[in-house]
Amino acid sequence: MSVNNTRPITPELVAEHGLNEEEYQRIVELTEREPTFTELGIWSAMWNEHCSYKSSKKWLKTLPTEGPQVVYGPGENAGVVDIGDGDVVVFKMESHNHPSFIEPYQGAATGVGGILRDVFTMGARPIAAMNALRFGEPDHPKTKHLVSGVVSGVGGYGNSFGVPTVGGEVNFHPRYNGNILVNAFAAGLAKADSIYISKAEGIGLPVVYLGAKTGRDGVGGATMASAEFDDSIEEKRPTVQVGDPFTEKCLLEACLELMATGAVIAIQDMGAAGLTCSAVEMGARGDLGVRLNLDDVPVREENMTAYEMMLSESQERMLMVLRPEKEAEAKAIFVKWNLDFAIVGETTDDLRFSIHHQGEEVANLPIKELGDEAPEYDRPWVEPGTHSPQEPHVFAPPDDYSAALLHLIGSPDLCSRRWVWEQYDTLIQGNTLQLPGGDAGVVRVEGHDTKALAFSSDVTPRYVEADAYEGGKQAVAECYRNLVATGAKPLASTDNLNFGNPEKPEIMGTFVAAIRGIGEACLALDMPIVSGNVSLYNETNGEAILPTPTIGGVGLIDDWNSMARIGSADAGDVLFLVGTEATHLSQSIYQREILGEETGPAPEVDLQMERARGEFVLAAIRSGYASACHDISDGGIAIALAEMCMASGEGATCDLAITYPHAALFGEDQARYIVAVDDEWANMFAANSEGSGVSFERIGTVGGDKLIINDLVDISVEDLKTAHESWFPNFMGQQQFADAAE
Amino acid sequence: MKATVVQFPGCNRDRDMIAAITKIGGIAPQLAWHTDTELPESDLIVLPGGFSHGDYLRAGAIAARAPVMNAVRAAADKGVRVLGVCNGFQMLTEAGLLPGSLMRNSGLTFICKEVILEAVNTKNMFTERYNKGEIIRCPVAHHDGNYFADAKTLNQVEDNGQVAFRYAEGTNPNGSLNDIAGVFNAEGNVLGMMPHPENLIESAHGGEDGRRLFESVLGVLEREAA
Repeated sequence: MSVNNTRPITPELVAEHGLNEEEYQRIVELTEREPTFTELGIWSAMWNEHCSYKSSKKWLKTLPTEGPQVVYGPGENAGVVDIGDGDVVVFKMESHNHPSFIEPYQGAATGVGGILRDVFTMGARPIAAMNALRFGEPDHPKTKHLVSGVVSGVGGYGNSFGVPTVGGEVNFHPRYNGNILVNAFAAGLAKADSIYISKAEGIGLPVVYLGAKTGRDGVGGATMASAEFDDSIEEKRPTVQVGDPFTEKCLLEACLELMATGAVIAIQDMGAAGLTCSAVEMGARGDLGVRLNLDDVPVREENMTAYEMMLSESQERMLMVLRPEKEAEAKAIFVKWNLDFAIVGETTDDLRFSIHHQGEEVANLPIKELGDEAPEYDRPWVEPGTHSPQEPHVFAPPDDYSAALLHLIGSPDLCSRRWVWEQYDTLIQGNTLQLPGGDAGVVRVEGHDTKALAFSSDVTPRYVEADAYEGGKQAVAECYRNLVATGAKPLASTDNLNFGNPEKPEIMGTFVAAIRGIGEACLALDMPIVSGNVSLYNETNGEAILPTPTIGGVGLIDDWNSMARIGSADAGDVLFLVGTEATHLSQSIYQREILGEETGPAPEVDLQMERARGEFVLAAIRSGYASACHDISDGGIAIALAEMCMASGEGATCDLAITYPHAALFGEDQARYIVAVDDEWANMFAANSEGSGVSFERIGTVGGDKLIINDLVDISVEDLKTAHESWFPNFMGQQQFADAAE
Repeated sequence: MKATVVQFPGCNRDRDMIAAITKIGGIAPQLAWHTDTELPESDLIVLPGGFSHGDYLRAGAIAARAPVMNAVRAAADKGVRVLGVCNGFQMLTEAGLLPGSLMRNSGLTFICKEVILEAVNTKNMFTERYNKGEIIRCPVAHHDGNYFADAKTLNQVEDNGQVAFRYAEGTNPNGSLNDIAGVFNAEGNVLGMMPHPENLIESAHGGEDGRRLFESVLGVLEREAA
């Protein structure tokens, strides 16, 4: 049976493809006639927000992306950064928000699968993964179901594939009730001289389809990810793809074996908009045309149309341009791994994207224009408003500081995430040096005696909501701080920008200001953005998520024997605060959890101070006289001290300089660390702080089984642990009960 | 001494296992592929962890029927030592080379954490470098590690001294009967265990308690070779 390509193009059909009238007119011009149905699908796949970055491109161009350490910046499947000795780290973060809300297990699983493929397409073996997850309020009826599905989906894919998940974030807020966020990060290790990119070279060369077969799953997924949700969301379930981590693992091994043979000229994974996007990218980058014969595409369903094949987002697939003389060798590798290997087309010199199906040419489009001529919008935006500062005395102090600390340490956003990360394989590959629960995940570099890489993902959405510019800076600064706290020199970062509908000027204004903040911070802290992803239209029934520009950072530890950990303080160590007494309670966790309000400005980030203190702490760790280190973030110094005590099992007795007790303990002023120093080195540490002009305060001593802060806090470490560890299992335990009762 | 690691599609702790054997034994193991019908001459055959064939159908079920398993069985029958860790343990029970079976964890989720083990039977070439009753640290990482056997089989396993390791002091992570973490076959030359000794062999792992298992089995082999 042949399938026809003659469905009439009506205004309704154009609208269903997420294209406006103006965009469609431009398409007709570029096609030089009315497009066929398949062609309309191809245009819409290339021109949707997800693939074309049409609303964000103008602003993304302003981000710093260069530096001597950067081998490949944005534009490839993932960023590539030099770590010395001929090695590079390849990494990226990408969202899978819309699919995960519709079908949490498969949405999250395929998010992990997609980002892993981005990394190994470039020739790197994945060595670490992270996941930044944001859910609605805990009491919302969908939240537990989504947490349970997303966490098992992340684990189900990553564990089976065999990559350690070493970090991430889990947060709750009512503004994610209708749109959760699943931002998946992956990093891989490769040799600098064997990196593969998508740019094809050479005319008349075979275009090869690799991996799993094509089905109808995910048809139109990228277009779905470029629209707001409404109440008809359940109908979108069929647009979510289904993941197969086993095939992906085989594909990884087969691709790495294939690359080692020298057979690969160019390679591109089939992610969003599948065959369309990968083929256009390889051709357009290399100034070549591509001719595909869909009759040769391996399919797992009958009677698939050209439209469906071109737009399918079936997972675990790759497209490659092959050196023809290596065909037999290449094919044998894929046969060994029981994967499809099919020559489906060739490169041409006519710069056309020509698709043949059942003896008919179903599409013939200009290949460069498909990507390059995508609309670029300068969407109207308004500068976000600001809030006037609030002095500490306007915030009520707690009746009981110990009770307040116990409450905070056991609250949804500050409690232990053990329930989550114990479902992830954190140890596989045998190189994990620091698990989730500290400042950053750390993995040693295989084949090197002392080097290790640190990974952290960070953003504080309530700050970005209050002040997008400062919030953008803060996301980068906190990431920098978390890397530094392990003894890693921050190298570069990836950004995953999650926002609402960019057609609303307020949302667009937040986006613009956040990018300005991120750019300034990346420049000041020397963490260029080397890859990333934008996820817009995170809105349901008109309500947007909190603006959430997640930053994933990578740092290099020269010698992991001298790295610092959150929990490595010993009894007798002296505790130092690097930084000054806190005063900022606006938008703090204290304000939200204890006072039930979220008001005022975000804390300001002084980037010069951030860098000076960071470099001082890094030097102290690298010189070996910091026995433990932790950055001070959500919840302030009291929370940071409690976290260090729980991690080491040692108590601490502290005497802080205090003006306003509640602000000093729970204020969220930036650029601050706690460093534990062996008593023997304490004077030297103090002298060095003074010498380098970095503010510091000697705040106490490690030891005992209680955390004591002035005459305000007196809690046993056991009680802290109980409060900290209970919330998540209790919360999800109710879920299991509810599921069983159904 | 000659060790051979058998690789199946979907294995993912094979690299960890190869690294551990190489670091502790001083020589990289030989490798075999799941479609091989013969194995190189070996004193120790290792079935590593992972998700062979995606754990589709049942964990280890498809791998247990791979061509290479006939060669593994033949070698085991001749007294060659066979070690199966995690997915390898699941393959050995699916292949009938070890008693019992491994069901979904009682908590129904994948679990990756460090537990403590009691070395139960140390009169064996796999465990001789541990002291009887010694408590050691070891990580687990699995979805299907809940050891089950019918009452008769379980009694036999206990009575014959086939229990190699038990989860100690309330750390049973998966609901295994009698806290069983690892079992020998009746002859004592096949060991299957859910925990991953290969992930706790050096200071970078934060401990070396897993090392002695490899020292035992590789050391015995060295003596025999001498």
